[in-house]
Amino acid sequence: MSVARLVDSVGPLAAAVGGDPLLSGEVDLTVVLIVLLKVLVIFVGILVGVILMVWFERKLISDMQNRIGPNRAGPFGLLQTVADGMKLIFKEDLIPEKSDRFVFALAPFLSLVPAFLTFAIVPLAGNFNDDLGGTVEILGHKTFMQLADPQVGILWFLVMSSIAIYGVMLAGWASGSKYPLLGSVRATAQMISYEAALGLSLATVLLLSGTLSTNGIVRAQSGWEWNIWMTGIVPFVIFVIAATAELNRPPFDLVEAEQELVGGFQTEYSSFRFAMFYLAEFLNTVTMSAIIVTLFFGGPAGPTFGLTNWVGVYVLPFVWFFAKMFVFLCMFVAFRATLPRFRYDQVMDLGWKVLIPLALAWFLVLAGVRVAADQGWNALAVIGAGCAGIMAGGGLLLLALKSSQAKRLAADSAAAERSALKQTGGVR
Amino acid sequence: MPQKPDIPGKGIVKGLGITMKTALETMFPDGPLKPPSPSKGAATVQYPHEKEEPVTRARGVIALKIENCTACMLCARECPDWCIYIEAHKTLAPPRREGGKPRSVNELDRFDFDYSLCMYCGICVEVCPFEALFWSPEYEYSETRIGDLLHDKSRLDQWMDTVPDFEQYEAGSEMKVKKVPR
Repeated sequence: MSVARLVDSVGPLAAAVGGDPLLSGEVDLTVVLIVLLKVLVIFVGILVGVILMVWFERKLISDMQNRIGPNRAGPFGLLQTVADGMKLIFKEDLIPEKSDRFVFALAPFLSLVPAFLTFAIVPLAGNFNDDLGGTVEILGHKTFMQLADPQVGILWFLVMSSIAIYGVMLAGWASGSKYPLLGSVRATAQMISYEAALGLSLATVLLLSGTLSTNGIVRAQSGWEWNIWMTGIVPFVIFVIAATAELNRPPFDLVEAEQELVGGFQTEYSSFRFAMFYLAEFLNTVTMSAIIVTLFFGGPAGPTFGLTNWVGVYVLPFVWFFAKMFVFLCMFVAFRATLPRFRYDQVMDLGWKVLIPLALAWFLVLAGVRVAADQGWNALAVIGAGCAGIMAGGGLLLLALKSSQAKRLAADSAAAERSALKQTGGVR
Repeated sequence: MPQKPDIPGKGIVKGLGITMKTALETMFPDGPLKPPSPSKGAATVQYPHEKEEPVTRARGVIALKIENCTACMLCARECPDWCIYIEAHKTLAPPRREGGKPRSVNELDRFDFDYSLCMYCGICVEVCPFEALFWSPEYEYSETRIGDLLHDKSRLDQWMDTVPDFEQYEAGSEMKVKKVPR
């Protein structure tokens, strides 16, 4: 659809901010108020959510390690995060003398703000059954239960996660100290290489739903046609691994590997700036779980038992959404409690030699299957041919790896022999 | 060469299973149908509310048997932190046997242990030739004023009541088990 036709059909504002029916008609005060209300609800919601997430993670990980966890501040230690935040705010805000002051102050915001902004495109509720398409009615206006539904939906998520890398990179660079710099160099390399695998595994989802808008993706998954099995699980697994690396969570937390790099990029940060990095880290975990649910598990879609009143539109979909998200939050905590940290070269090997080729190959096979379905070819033959082609490609890749390794080993042993000859003065 | 697993990812799944199982066992110590009580399932001892029984050989506090001390100063000199203060004077004690000469002994004026300096190395206990210093597993003697951590000789002597008997050596040992003077 060309831009002009899009503007004609849905109105100028909706073309800019997406298919939300709220903005396709006249924009009056009520509409503005509804949008502001959504902003408020989402902002407060995720702030409270992240506070609870920190508490939940600490509580669950202590159960996994046979401990109790925070239990002093408030009932069940619920206010522990608030207490920690208060403590951090009242601490001295140190800025190292050698730091680049402006960039040093900017970096925490670059880390925190994208984490908030990503949540704008996540559909939180709305009935996706009965051809409702996730629309709800607020004050007589039809709208989606998400802050914005831009046409570029998922690209927005990718862009925001890329900007968050700048936060980490600039924090390390601006600190004027060697450990943060090393941490941020690692972070940049790791996050950029996993961003590729993330995007490639995401492409299969986009191929199936045929749209970038998150609402469209969720709508395409309604009726149990969840992308996790429609794309054949592998893209989901790749996405989860890449997401863990993107979040800098264990086992990919080389960025802040305490044993090697003191605190990584946040070594020189203290007080509220540190709190912002900390908040961003947990916020990103929540956001990434929400994105996984949206992309692969049908977002808020689920059985609503034919209810179309407020229970079926708000409560049940949100409960489904939250339940699915909760599973992934638990998964990330379990990863942290279980898996030891990767070595740096292993991280790079996994990213470049396994995840990216696999994601690319899977995307190609899926594209082939789609084309076969459109053209009426024999699907089995296409899958067979695709797999054969990919095996051949993988074989070539392996061959290249093996031969380069053999060459390197030969060069190494030749050099060792030469140096041995030198030491013995030419006598074998 | 690291061992290759027969199924890739098997170890990860197994490890995740173990952590999940531990979490469930900690959360539901009475079985899955009873209400969760992690404080019961966890290994944590919530100290001020419930107390942990220290092992008998724990290094809690050092006790002094005043009668055995000869003020030889070995402990004070060996102490790496110089946290032992001893002052004594010579005095005459009644003879051991009827008709013998009175003995010249050292009587303690001062024997102070500064526990704010002590690093619990136990060198003083090991170096004492007269069995006057002993380890006691007692640990509850924190103070709000740092000066109160200086224990004088009467306080150190009170700790003697808490010193447990030495444990039996392993079977076949020819060493005699030391006795704690009571």
